[in-house]
This record gives sequence, structure tokens and C-alpha cells, in this order.
Amino acid sequence: MIDMLGLVFISIGLFFDFVGCLGLVRLPDVYNRLQASTKCITLGTCSILFGAFLIHGFVAAGIKALLCILFLVLTSPVSAHALARAAHKSGVKLCEESVVDRYAEDGN
Amino acid sequence: MKSRILLFFLALAVWALLNWTPDWQHMLIGVFVAAFVAFMTGDLFVRRPHLFTHLNRYLWFFYYCPIFIWECIKANIDVAYRVIHPDLPIHPGIVKVRTSLKSDTALTFLANSITLTPGTLSVDVDKENGVLYVHWIEVKDKDIEKATGLVAERFERILKRIFE
Amino acid sequence: MRNKRRVTYIFGAIVILVILAKVLLSPPPILFYQDMPFIGFLRRAFYILLFSCLLCLYRILRGPTSADRAVTIDMLGILIVGFCAILGISTGRSWYIDIAIAWALQSFIATLALAKFLEGKSFDD
Repeated sequence: MIDMLGLVFISIGLFFDFVGCLGLVRLPDVYNRLQASTKCITLGTCSILFGAFLIHGFVAAGIKALLCILFLVLTSPVSAHALARAAHKSGVKLCEESVVDRYAEDGN
Repeated sequence: MKSRILLFFLALAVWALLNWTPDWQHMLIGVFVAAFVAFMTGDLFVRRPHLFTHLNRYLWFFYYCPIFIWECIKANIDVAYRVIHPDLPIHPGIVKVRTSLKSDTALTFLANSITLTPGTLSVDVDKENGVLYVHWIEVKDKDIEKATGLVAERFERILKRIFE
Repeated sequence: MRNKRRVTYIFGAIVILVILAKVLLSPPPILFYQDMPFIGFLRRAFYILLFSCLLCLYRILRGPTSADRAVTIDMLGILIVGFCAILGISTGRSWYIDIAIAWALQSFIATLALAKFLEGKSFDD
């Protein structure tokens, strides 16, 4: 029973990983790609790791999977933030559908 | 000094979780490793260690976790819908968001929460003026006050009680 | 313009659906241990993750700026963490999770270094 629940979590994680990669291909500029891929791939991988925790149970490997989830949730927004700022500083423009860019207006 | 002791116990707890089966040899090595880590990097860990003794901050943190997870799931479904839709319904832009948080930890947590919630991604933090620059995939309002109300306010109220 | 986008969308959707149907319906070749539980499901999971990695590689080849490539490298790192987690289940060797933790750490540091590098560099390719 609990193994089947783990497999369900792994399936959800696979779906979100796949959609995140699809967003990486389809969306028009760096910032949108960063949004789609950071959210979807982080939660997808966390879901896969949680499924692995459910299948392993409370042994060393399962607890390590939980720690890995904690680590990913703490670090991946930080790296997304660093990449977005670096992209803006290195001069990547927003795509032409964009409505407003207050960051460039303030002269950064 | 208090910061080093806190970091020592946290590192020891992470070591114990990584090993999981209790064993005195592992724990002995863990004590040495945690002491080394705390000695090297301890003064960077917390600035105000007395905040760790307030109980209601932990309660507010446990109140914050389910809200954050729920917003995270909503964000994923929203982004998945936008990616799969044939017309790509996006109106992206970078807006300013005002914040009243001051401490570094609170600002880091606010930026991380903004990044993992629906349609927003924090680009830069201006600490002097208390302004966050946020990339928004569906710009509903260009005005700074209304954008603050839509993006940051629900987390800011809770984070102020946890970290300030 | 709009028609062209529609045609591209339908073509891409057909290709992706055919590949997914091929992965999900056909019996996969024998690569791993036969006696582990859920081995068929986990093998198909491998193929879906591999296909996601291929989409990432398309973005690396095509990406107009170097920031795109940096983003994609970050995402490949996180995908490999999930890959290691599934390998840990399907082979029954729990030390794959250790590899996942170490990989997440070094991928984070590598991304920060890439971001620093991008920030200092002028934009010219």
C-alpha cells in the first residue's frame, strides 16, 4: 500500500519534471524559462525523493532522501535568484511580449 | 560563542540523521567533525542567538510551512497550465515590491518564498530602500503598492513574526 | 505568424506524444536486475527522465545567450538528483542517495560560480 503511494508520488514528480523541461524549450526568454524550470523541476524532484522515502521507509536511505529534499528547497531558489540577477546584469533583454521593466528603469 | 554552540548542535543533528543507525563510533567522529565546522564557520551562522529561545517563533514557523507548501503546489499547476496551453498565455515583466523586513534571514526567506510561489521570481534585493525587484509571469498591476499586496504581503506578515 | 505557431505546436505535440506512448506501452529492454519490485515502472521512469534531459540538451544547443545555457546546466543537475533517487530504488543499493546529496551540493556551488562569471562578463555571444 505505502509502496503504491510512493509510486504515485514518483509519477507526479516525473510529470512535473517533464513539464518543466518542456517549458525550458517553449518559453521565450531567460527569465520565463527560469521561472518554469525552477518551480517545476524543483517540486518534481522533491516529489521523486519523497516517493523514494516512502518506498525505503525509516532507514538511512529514506532519511537521506528527506535531507536531500530540504537541501534542494533551500538552495534552488538561491541559485535561480543568482542566475536571474547575473543574466540581467550581463545585458539579456526581456522578450517582446513583456509589459514593464522597472529594474532597467531604475538604472541597474 | 552562542552561535558556535548552536551550529555545533545543528551539525551534530544532521550528522546523526545522515548515519541514522545509532553507533558510538559514528557519533565520536561526528562530534569531532561538528566541532571543526563550528570552529571554522560558527560566527557566520546567526547574528542574534537570543531569538532561538522564543517559543512562539517556532509556532509561527510551523504555521508558515503548510501555507508555503500549498502555494508551491499551486505555483506548479499554474506553470504547467501555462506551458501546455497552445497560445502561451504570458504577460511577463519586472515589477517593484516594497518590503518592510530588515534582517538578512527574513529577506532571504522572503525572496525564496517569492521564487517558489505562483508566477513570480525575485531578481534583486535593494536592502537600503526596502525594495524587491520581482519578475512576474502575468503582470496584473504595474503599481508598486498593489503589486506588493498581490505578491509579498501574505508571507511578509508571517515572516515578520518569525524572524524580526 | 499565428498559424505557423499553431502548426509548430501540433507537430511538436504529436512527436512528444508518440515518444511517450512508445516509452509507456512497449516493453522496455532488459537493463537492470529482474527480481527487484516495480522494475517495469521504474525503467519507464528512467526513459521519461532521459527524454527530459534530451529536451534540456536541445536548449543547450539552441540557446541564444550564455545565460540560457547556465540555467539549463543548473536544471540538468537537479534532474540528475532525481535520477540517482530512482536508481537507488531500482537497484536496491542505498548509497545512490549519497551521490544525490553530493551532486545537489556541487551543482549549487557550480551554479553560483557560473552566475558570478556571467555577472562580470560583457554580453557578446
